[in-house]
Amino acid sequence: MDALYSQLFAGLSVGSVLLLAALGLALTFGQMGVINMAHGEFMMAGAYTAYVVQGAIADAGVSLLVSLPVGFLVGGLLGLLLEVTLISRMYTRPLDTLLVTWGVALVLQQLARDVFGAPNVDVRAPSWLSGAVDVLGLAVPKARLFIIGVAVVSVVALALVLKLTPLGRRIRATVTNRDLAETSGISTRATDRLTFFVGSGLAGVAGVVLTLLGSIGPTLGRNYIVDAFLVVVAGGIGQLRGAVIAAFALGLLQAGIEYTTTASIAKVLVFVVIVAFLQARPQGLVQVRTRSLA
Amino acid sequence: MLQLSHLSAGYGRTTVVHDVDLQVPDDSVVAVLGHNGAGKTTLLRTVVGLLRPRTGAVLLDGEDVGRLRPSARVRRGLAYVPQGQQAFGQLTARENLQVVADGAGSGAATRTAEALDLFPALRGLLGRRAGLLSGGQRQQLAIARALITGPRLLILDEPTEGIQPSVVAEIEEAILTLTDAGGLSVLLVEQHVGFALAAAERYAVMESGRVVDSGTGGVEREGLVRAAMAL
Repeated sequence: MDALYSQLFAGLSVGSVLLLAALGLALTFGQMGVINMAHGEFMMAGAYTAYVVQGAIADAGVSLLVSLPVGFLVGGLLGLLLEVTLISRMYTRPLDTLLVTWGVALVLQQLARDVFGAPNVDVRAPSWLSGAVDVLGLAVPKARLFIIGVAVVSVVALALVLKLTPLGRRIRATVTNRDLAETSGISTRATDRLTFFVGSGLAGVAGVVLTLLGSIGPTLGRNYIVDAFLVVVAGGIGQLRGAVIAAFALGLLQAGIEYTTTASIAKVLVFVVIVAFLQARPQGLVQVRTRSLA
Repeated sequence: MLQLSHLSAGYGRTTVVHDVDLQVPDDSVVAVLGHNGAGKTTLLRTVVGLLRPRTGAVLLDGEDVGRLRPSARVRRGLAYVPQGQQAFGQLTARENLQVVADGAGSGAATRTAEALDLFPALRGLLGRRAGLLSGGQRQQLAIARALITGPRLLILDEPTEGIQPSVVAEIEEAILTLTDAGGLSVLLVEQHVGFALAAAERYAVMESGRVVDSGTGGVEREGLVRAAMAL
């Protein structure tokens, strides 16, 4: 039973990291259709933000809590800059966007190397996140619980913003029918910018949280970008609910396979499962039914 | 209110609308008639800003708005109900109205209530996702959404096309109510010639992207207009 709980928790933990990595993409790729290969580098920028903030604020607990909103701001501003300067000119050219943002990712990686050096650096975890707590007889690391908590709060906050706020309505209207939104008086340019800011900001938050899992380096984002895209595609493009389900399903699957094999084999088998799943259900887990195209 | 001067527009290398002159005076209804492919929708898409004019000007109250984005034209008093009963399908009917009201300034709540008075059947459908509404219900929602912006010029592209006859009557009655109330100019593209001439003070017939006939409205002119359209 302990082994089951242990794997269940490991799956939830992996799933929450995947979800945090994918949440911003669920907006910028899922909702706007932009293939932003620099999304992982926005996570990296969030992680380095935590590193810089910790240099300014000695208390690791305070610096972590300050880093979360600052990381959001840094990731968001980088995304906004990318949207305004490059992506806004390429909304009808997705393959060009892919190549250009890949180039931007390489530039950001090199920039991080120039500023912070090539070797990985560590961000100290606060004392209140060290050690473990007992959950159903299982020693659960507090840092992992914190990550799950941040993932849950981020999802709920994003869902509430999309559902209840004027910005959320504008985002959903714009992605549903851009021309209709524009001719209804909604400034789709302003909406695109805000959407990209929020989506990239969430990548920054993910980066801050990832500092709790180990050292950070210029290529941190590269480790997560493919998984993040897989979560959004498998969940059903444009569907936040699908991304949540897909992230935890993939997390549990990976942890379950890892239990009897190795991490590498688990990764390969998860890819195989996703490919097979998308062959059978190309639209992903969740699809909205409508009578009209719009 | 609206003046189109030597307006040409099109897609890619193809020019669809050629050298069109058209006026919609304050507080009046102008109908644009013509067969499918005559260039009516392209003309309207140019007026609302979804297409850039190749030549000529789109003047709104004397200001050339030809290079303004569609949302900026809405803020200057222009509202557009496109062809095809378009709605934000993933949003509920209420959210379809709210998303426009959010940016429509003071008085949006009053205008929302007035729009729902015009189409009372929508009140019972507000919680339903717009993509699940019938074509007629979506068209009523589209007109209501346009009215919430507080327009001075309402542009309707075939508002009764593809809609069941009972709802067509409701929509036609609503349009007549709006135009009778005054304070609103309407540019109406309509296949239903009898209704268009009943509603309009003036009409223009388009053929192959050009205005080939124009005159004053009135149902008594239906035979003449149909003859012009047949040429």
